[in-house]
Amino acid sequence: MEELEDKKVAFTPPAVTPYDDDDDFDQDLTSEKGAKRVEDMLLNMGPQHPSTHGVLRIVLELEGETIVKATPHLGYLHRGVEKLAENSTYPQIIPLTDRLDYVCAMTNNYAFVRTVEKLLQVQVPERAEYIRTIVAEVQRIAGHLFWLGTQALDIGAMTVFFYTFREREVLLDLFELICGARLTMSYYRVGGVDRDFTPEIIDRLYKFLETFPEKITEYNTLLENNRIWIARTKGIALISAEDAINFGLTGPPLRGSGVNYDIRKAEPYGVYDKVEWEVPLGKNGDTYDRYWIRVEEMRQSAKIVKQCLDRLPQGPIMANLPTITYPPRDKVLTDMESLIHHFMIATRGFDVPEGEVYCGTEAPKGELGFYIRSMGGNKPYRMRIRPPSFIHMGAFEHMAKGYMIADIVTIFGTYDIVMGECDR
Amino acid sequence: MHPIAQKIQEKFPEAFVEAVEALGELSVSVKREKIVDVCRFLHDDPELSFDMITDICSVDFPNEEPRFEMIYQFYSIDHNRRIRIKARVPEEDCTIDTITGIWQGANFLEREVYDMMGIVFNNHPDLRRILMTEDYDEGFPLRKDFPVEGKGWRDTFEFLNQ
Repeated sequence: MEELEDKKVAFTPPAVTPYDDDDDFDQDLTSEKGAKRVEDMLLNMGPQHPSTHGVLRIVLELEGETIVKATPHLGYLHRGVEKLAENSTYPQIIPLTDRLDYVCAMTNNYAFVRTVEKLLQVQVPERAEYIRTIVAEVQRIAGHLFWLGTQALDIGAMTVFFYTFREREVLLDLFELICGARLTMSYYRVGGVDRDFTPEIIDRLYKFLETFPEKITEYNTLLENNRIWIARTKGIALISAEDAINFGLTGPPLRGSGVNYDIRKAEPYGVYDKVEWEVPLGKNGDTYDRYWIRVEEMRQSAKIVKQCLDRLPQGPIMANLPTITYPPRDKVLTDMESLIHHFMIATRGFDVPEGEVYCGTEAPKGELGFYIRSMGGNKPYRMRIRPPSFIHMGAFEHMAKGYMIADIVTIFGTYDIVMGECDR
Repeated sequence: MHPIAQKIQEKFPEAFVEAVEALGELSVSVKREKIVDVCRFLHDDPELSFDMITDICSVDFPNEEPRFEMIYQFYSIDHNRRIRIKARVPEEDCTIDTITGIWQGANFLEREVYDMMGIVFNNHPDLRRILMTEDYDEGFPLRKDFPVEGKGWRDTFEFLNQ
C-alpha cells in the first residue's frame, strides 16, 4: 500500500471563531454608536441544489462568508421503508433495500440478507460467499468512482467525472450481465445469490482488473498535484478522531481521522478473512485524506476481487434449505414442482423464528446496519435501518462551522452522501 | 451471566432488569430512569469503553405494558464489542432522558425516534421532527396503530382490501 504523504500547500484552514451574541449588535440605527449595523444573514441552500446529491435543504447562518450555523433539513426523500418493511415478507424487502442507497444497491442487499441469515442461522455455500464478496467489492469500486467523479465535479474539476464514469459504465454493464439490472439489482437472496457467474463475466472482470490500477493512476494525475484540488480539500471539514467516534461516524469519514475500524476486519464476513488486503488510514481527518482513502480502497477492492476470482470454487450458489431458499432457476423453467416452490417463496415468504438481531455491514458509505425484531411469521415485527448517511449528517453542523459558503459542497460531498439512504 | 451484564448489575442493582444473550449479541434491559447513568458508565468505564454510538431506535408493543421499548446499540472500538441496551417507556408518560450529553451523535437519532414514535427526550437540545415536515400533525408513523397508507386526506382514498 502506498504511504499517505503530506502535500505542502500555502493554505491554512480558517480559525473557528466563537460567535458572540453581544458583539456590538445594535439594531437601533439612531443610537450613539452611530450608523454601523451588523446583521446576520440567513441563506437557504437547496432543496433543489445540484450538488446536494438528492434533495437536501440547509439553512445557513452567515457572518460575511463564514458559516456560523448550518441546520440541515432532511426528509425530502422519506418513503417510509421501515414502515413498508413491517408489512412485507422477507423476500419482498430485498427490492426495497435497493432504493436506499441507489448508487450501491448490491451492498444494501448484502447487508439485509446477512441480517436475516444471522437470525435464521443459515450457512451460505462457499461459492456463493465468494460471489457475494466479489460483487460487493465491485460495487464498492463503482460507488467510489461515482463519489470521486461527483466530488471533483462539485469542486470544479469536471474532467475527472468523465474518466470515472467511463469505468463505472463498464461495471454497470457487468452488473447487467450478472443480474439483469444496472442500478436496482436485487441480486442477493437469503441463502445465496440469484444467478451463477458465467465464464463471460469472469473474463470481463479479469479484463477490467488488468487495466484498472492504471486508470486509478490516471485519475490521480488529474487531482493529486492539482493546486485547486489540494487547496479546496486540504484542511476542509476537519474532524478529530474523538469527535468522529463520538458522532458515530463510520467508513471513510472515520478512517480519515486515523481510527482503524472496518467491519470487514473487525467482524469478518464473506471471505474477507481469507484474502489479503489492508485498511487505508488517514492522518489529518480532512477531505483530502478521505479522498486518498477512497482511492486506496479502490485499489484494495481490486486486489480482493482478483484473489477471489483466482480461488473461486465450484459448487452450489444457494443453500439447500427448501423452506427458505428458491429452487435452482433452470428447474423453475422446466419442472412443475419447482415452479410451485418458487411461487410459494416469492409470494408467501418464509417463517423466521422469534428473536432480534443487529448486523452491520461495511458499505462504501460506512456501516450499514439492519436491526430486525421478529415475532415469528413471515414478516418482521420491526425493521430498523442504520443508515451511515443519516448519522454522518448529524455531524454536519459540527464540521461546517467556521468554513466558507463555497466549502459547503465539499463538506457534504466528503461523506459520500446519498439522500435516498439518509431519509429512507 | 455475561461479565458485562454482571458489571452493570453490580453497579446499578436497582436499575437492572434482565440480560439476554442470543445469537452472540448481548442485550441488557434497564429502567428508563437510570438510562443516562448506565450509558455514562458504559462510555466512561475503561474496561467497557463503549465509545461509539451505533444506533438508537424504538419498538412499539401496543398490547404490552409499558408500551414502547427504546433500543440503544453501542460499540467499543478498543475491545471490538457490541452491546444493546433496552429501556421500556410507558404510553402515559412517554418520556426518557436524552443521552446527547454523552454521545453527540445521539442528537439526530433521538430526533428520529421522537419523529417516528413520539417518545419525548428530556433535556434534548433541539427536539424537532426530522424526517416528516415540522408541522406534521397526523401522528407518529411508526406506531403500530398508524396505517401504512397514511392518514389525513389519504383516508378518503379507496384501497383494495388485501
